[in-house]
Amino acid sequence: MNNIDALKELLYKMADDQLILGHRNSEWNGLGPILEEDIAFSSMAQDKMGQSEHLYNLLNQLGEADADTVAFTRNAPQFHCSHLVELPIGGYDFSLIRHFLFDFAEYLRFEALKTSAYQPLAQVAKKFFGEVKYHTMHANTWVYQLGHGNEESNSKMQESLNFAWNYALGMFEPGPAEEMLINENIFIGEEALQAKWLEVVIPLLEKSNLVIPEQSSWAPIYGGRIGNHTAHLQPLLSEMTEVYSIDPSADW
Amino acid sequence: MATEDQTAIESLDPRIGRAHLSGGNHEDMTGLLHFQTYEVFHQNKRGAQHKHVGIVHAPNSDMALLYAKEQFARREQTANIWVAPSSCIAATEYADDDIFTTTPEKLYRNPATYKVMDRIQAFKERGMTPSDEA
Repeated sequence: MNNIDALKELLYKMADDQLILGHRNSEWNGLGPILEEDIAFSSMAQDKMGQSEHLYNLLNQLGEADADTVAFTRNAPQFHCSHLVELPIGGYDFSLIRHFLFDFAEYLRFEALKTSAYQPLAQVAKKFFGEVKYHTMHANTWVYQLGHGNEESNSKMQESLNFAWNYALGMFEPGPAEEMLINENIFIGEEALQAKWLEVVIPLLEKSNLVIPEQSSWAPIYGGRIGNHTAHLQPLLSEMTEVYSIDPSADW
Repeated sequence: MATEDQTAIESLDPRIGRAHLSGGNHEDMTGLLHFQTYEVFHQNKRGAQHKHVGIVHAPNSDMALLYAKEQFARREQTANIWVAPSSCIAATEYADDDIFTTTPEKLYRNPATYKVMDRIQAFKERGMTPSDEA
């Protein structure tokens, strides 16, 4: 694996996470708990898909197929998304916890990438940093509200956190050639990113009256980055690509 | 209080199917009583005045700010947003709107009718003296 392949691996996993979570979160469109939240959550889902398009365009510049082809013609084993983003939306408690855990990771990833030696990626990170910052504000405000709401809201959030935690740790599955990216100051690497993430999310979750799962139970769920996925991904892809597979030139 | 309609909603939209929604009870708002409305004020650039743009429903100001951003700052340039509980707004009564009846006639209050440029020019030429500041 040369450094271009290592860079592509980084771009693919970021873009695939955004695309799949964007699609997942868009499933709440029209079903959100109140009108304002419905609009906010749907907007953020759009943001995620927009971000993925920019990263697919960077991949296109590195010789990969164009964004639509890459997004709509691959099957599950060709995707590099983490298991966390594939899981069904569940209840709003789970979708919010996933949103919280994912978006703080993305925020810190973008923050690190703002100074990446690979300029096109640094530019994308700078461009979307504010967008992702709002996503973390939204996530943290909600988690705080429900963590402090009542016994029912707190216990639902706690159960979702317990369920999501090892999936969330799976976001930081080490890449096969990360040393190259680290040595060339392109990316800080998943291990360093996870350390930053733990430093940020643990105090925030504790402030929200939630308990971090016992460290002895931490067992990251890996596999997504190398194409091993949950059974939930392929049905999502089939639904997402329904129009494209009927008419690849369809426009709207 | 109306009873919940247990008829499942059928829809061609797969998201609706997945949600297993019953018919719901849209009369029952008791669960939302802790929500209030917030007035939203939008500023398009620093230094500009904040303009009232609408309301959002939210349980507190933190949530109201989250929603104000997505409802009222999703397309236009934005520098800052304020929210304030609607209950904090004091307003005139529409029944008393006769207090405004004659104001549109008072054209002399329209700045276009001020004839002050000569006075300003004279002031500038004279220069400000210490007695002007007193």
